[in-house]
Formats: sequence, C-alpha cells, structure tokens
Amino acid sequence: MNNQELLELKKTACKVRSLIIEGVFNAKSGHPGGSLSAADIITYLYFKEMNVNPENPKDPKRDRFVLSKGHCAPALYAALALKGYFSVEEIKSLRHIGAMLQGHPDMKNTPGVDMSSGSLGQGISAACGMALAAKYDGSDYRVYAMLGDGECEEGQVWEASMFASHNALDNLCVIVDFNGLQIDGHVNDVAGLEPIDKKFEGFGFEVIKIDGNDFEQIESSLNKAKTIKGKPTVIIASTVKGKGVSYMENQVGWHGKAPNADEYQTAMKELNEQLKALEA
Amino acid sequence: MAEIKKIATRESFGLALCELAKEHSEIVVLDADLAAATKTDIFKRAYPDRFFDCGIAESNMIGVAAGLSTCGKVPFAASFAMFSTGRAYEQIRNSVGYPHLNVKIAGSHAGISVGEDGATHQCCEDIALMRTIPGMTIINPADHYEMTAAVKAAYEYNGPVYIRLGRLAIESFNDPENYSFEIGKGITLKDGKDVTVIATGLVVNESLKAVRELEKKGIDVRLINMHTIKPIDKEIIIKAAKETGRIITVEEHSIIGGLGEAVCAVTSENCPVPVSRIGIEDVYGHSGPALGLLEEFGLDAKGIEKKIEQILK
Repeated sequence: MNNQELLELKKTACKVRSLIIEGVFNAKSGHPGGSLSAADIITYLYFKEMNVNPENPKDPKRDRFVLSKGHCAPALYAALALKGYFSVEEIKSLRHIGAMLQGHPDMKNTPGVDMSSGSLGQGISAACGMALAAKYDGSDYRVYAMLGDGECEEGQVWEASMFASHNALDNLCVIVDFNGLQIDGHVNDVAGLEPIDKKFEGFGFEVIKIDGNDFEQIESSLNKAKTIKGKPTVIIASTVKGKGVSYMENQVGWHGKAPNADEYQTAMKELNEQLKALEA
Repeated sequence: MAEIKKIATRESFGLALCELAKEHSEIVVLDADLAAATKTDIFKRAYPDRFFDCGIAESNMIGVAAGLSTCGKVPFAASFAMFSTGRAYEQIRNSVGYPHLNVKIAGSHAGISVGEDGATHQCCEDIALMRTIPGMTIINPADHYEMTAAVKAAYEYNGPVYIRLGRLAIESFNDPENYSFEIGKGITLKDGKDVTVIATGLVVNESLKAVRELEKKGIDVRLINMHTIKPIDKEIIIKAAKETGRIITVEEHSIIGGLGEAVCAVTSENCPVPVSRIGIEDVYGHSGPALGLLEEFGLDAKGIEKKIEQILK
C-alpha cells in the first residue's frame, strides 16, 4: 500500500464514521461504539481487499463478508453506501419504519449484505457454510467473518471454529474486533476470554494479532491469511471502542446508545476536522 | 392397494435423498453425529463428498446449512427432532427463517414412538416450534410413498422446510400407482358424513384402521391425511366442518401447538364447529417399547377408535 492509498483509506474510514454517527443519531438508537471500532477493518475489506462489485452484488464468484456482530450494522451500511450498493441518503432512515436498513443486517432487502445476522454467534457458522460451498465448487472466493470479542462468549462460535478447522477452511478468515468492552462492562470482568489467541490456536486456527485501527497491520494480516493453507485464520484485532469520537472512546456506555443533538454536533465536528486534516 | 411393506419414514427419507441427488448436484446433506439413526448414512455411503458430518453441534449445523444455501446449495440438515428443532430453534428462526433461505431441516425420532430412549429424546413439540416461524413449511409424511414424494416436493420448493421423520418401521398404506403429493393439500382417504378425523404422520394409518372399525359400528367417518401442517389446507378443513359439523384431530405430538390447534384456528375463524384433539396431552413421555407407548398414550388404532367413540357420545 502506498501513501496515497493509505490516505484514501483513512479518508474513507472517516466518512464511514460520520455516516455511522449520522445513522445512529437519526435512528435515535443503535450501536455506535462497536461500529466505530470496526470501521477501519470494514473499510479496508470493502475498499481494498474484497473482490466485490456493487453492480453485481450477487455474483457467485464474489468474496463474502458476514458481520457476525450484526449490531454493528451501521458500519457495514456506511461502507456499502460509500461503495455504491445504495444511496448514502438511506443511512438517515436507518431503523425507521418502512426503511430498507434494519437495526441488524437483512440480506433479503439490503444489496451487498451477504448474510442476515444479529443474533450473536450465528454469523460465523454461516460463513463456514459459505467457505465450505467454495471448497465444494472449487471456487477461489474468500469468506470474511467479523465477530465481536463479547460474541466469543457464545458457544456456537466454538462449534463453528471446530467445524472450520476440521474441514480445513483456509478460505475463511475470522476477524475478532477486540475492543475489550461489552454491554455489562469490560470483557475481562464479565466473562473473560483470555487467552483468546491460545483458545483459537487450540481450535486449529492460524492466529494473527494486530492493532485493528492500523491499516498497514490490517493489510499485512489479511495478506498473510491468504498464504495460510489447510486451516482457517483468525485475526485478533485490538481496537478502540468508539474510535474517532473523543467522548465515546473506550466508554462502555456508548455500546448501544445514540448521541443527543449536542453530542451529535460534537461528534460530526470532530470527524469533519479529522477528514479536513487528511485532505489538507 | 399397495403391498404391505414395513419401513420407517427415516429410511424412506435417506433413500429419497439418494435418488434425488443423482440428478441434482446442488443437494448436500448435513448431520450431527446421528447419520446411522436419521438414515442420512444411506446418502453418505452413496455421496461421501456431499455429506458433511457437523458433529454433535446442531446450532452450528443449521448455520452452516444457511451459509451453503446462500451459495446455491440445497442443504438437507438432519438430526433428532428434539435437537434439530429444539436445540437449534433460534438458529432456524434467525439464520434460516428470517432470510427465508432454501434449507431443508429434518427431524427424526419425533414423537413418543422413539421408544426406549425416553422423554429427553421424545420430541412432541417440534411441529409447535416450527409453526411459529414465519414462512416455514412443515411436512409430516405418513408412510414410505408419502415421504418419498415429500422429499422431492421439499427440494423443488424454494424456501425453508421442516420434514418430520419417524423411527418406527410402519406399514405403507398409500397406493403408489395413484398417489399424488402437493405441499399444502390434504388428502381425503375416506369420505364420510358423521364426523371428520384429520390425522398426520404415523397415526394416519392407525386412524384409518380405527375408522374402518367404526364404519362397522355404523359411524360414517371422513378421514383426512394432513401431511402438511403449514401451510395448512384451509379449504379441506372448512369443507369438512361444513359437511360433517364436527372434527377430531389425531397427532403423535403435543395437543399444544400442533395439528389440532392449527385446525382449531381455521375452524374458529371460518366455520366454528366442535374440534377435539387427540395427541400427547401436555405431559412428557417415558421409556418403553414404541408400540407399547403408542398403546399407552392411546395413539394406536384401538386407542384412537375408543377416543373417537368417547368424543362422539
């Protein structure tokens, strides 16, 4: 990745974050914290990594993305809108009656959404099914599944992990958005996951640990994942919950709460300033 | 009539899958360590590359099936009814039902005729659970020929289907020469004017035997085989209500949430007539030989005959 590409990704991620705030503010509900922590990885996937085409969202050969942590739909919607799957204007009707954009991803009605999700632990299984289908068909598309750290408390995640390694799904890349916070508090206080790397290793995964808000590390980890054969890869991405909005960063209270009008103005001002600095 | 051939509908299911798979390479089969019992092992032996054992992890199996279906496969995912619909209920609701994916779910060892394994494995709630899921089709075949046709129809239909399989070897009563199956269309096995019996699955043949005995006693019973519980055949129920004025349902399932209540919903909203439900009455089963349990719970031909007579008194 050259400097220009890196700059463009940073700008896009900034726009994604603005749209997350826009969506959640207009919805008067939603999950800004985990959407913001995941924004850089989702931006990289849609704007650099994945072989996808908004003109042909159901192309059988496309790479797939499953947002297993479905409550962070605002980040996915923002990336899909900026990529051209639908109008950016749709973001403002997020969670409204009659709107296309549901509180959690709905593959039936939203172009670009590869799997409906929202009930934690289920997306990774669907991603396994997609990766298995690719193996069965001899197709070379890759499947990406993003999980929350708290989500890894669901037993189904480990059922799916066993399945992925047993079936040598090396076309599956699981990304854990490890922001360290869940609704009831710090993950380590609620139901500690550590050592999460050893757990995934024990389940047969290649494990890569990165800073998930650093594009160069995101890139190198995804590139490495493609070279791993015979087993799935998990990227444990340490991130900052609420990343990009000062008063939301590392605050558990911003897991599932919309900003009020003043907070919205502050957040948008901060993100606009970040964007201007990148454009300067 | 067809030759009397005893075969469990689970075995008919396995055979039907193999037959269909010959021509349809997109059919894949998943099981959760019960292939020998659900009879998907018949498919496994014929098509090892298209069979995926998910181990004892039903929730993941349903999710994997959902993912496969988004990529154009037609997965049949099987386990005991207790686990495929009970353990994995929420996965079916959210990962299969909500996106209306083309996943076929099979539940074998349904009802008390599981036998010796006892209450933990005797699922009498599977139909109730699946009925609550919007867009779910539910088929409960009554014999070998019906199961064979149902598997084909489930494959040809694009959307989620639950198929109930039985463990017990049973007689085939349908005539393969004249039999035709259509999802959502009940079959009148015998016309009658005094009362209508609507039965589903294993107890259809038992009801048929009961009805023949009742005929000898001068009771003219109409018998309907309701192989599809959802979408339920409203037309045939309303017609029966109007023409016979009384309905009795028979099912090897809880009387809560199954065929009986589905029929009640149709009659109460369209043509209110007395409906009596014969089935498992809000209790757990227990261990014992299947035939003994069917007798104990009044779901063999004699028990059904007796109950119908009591109801009509």
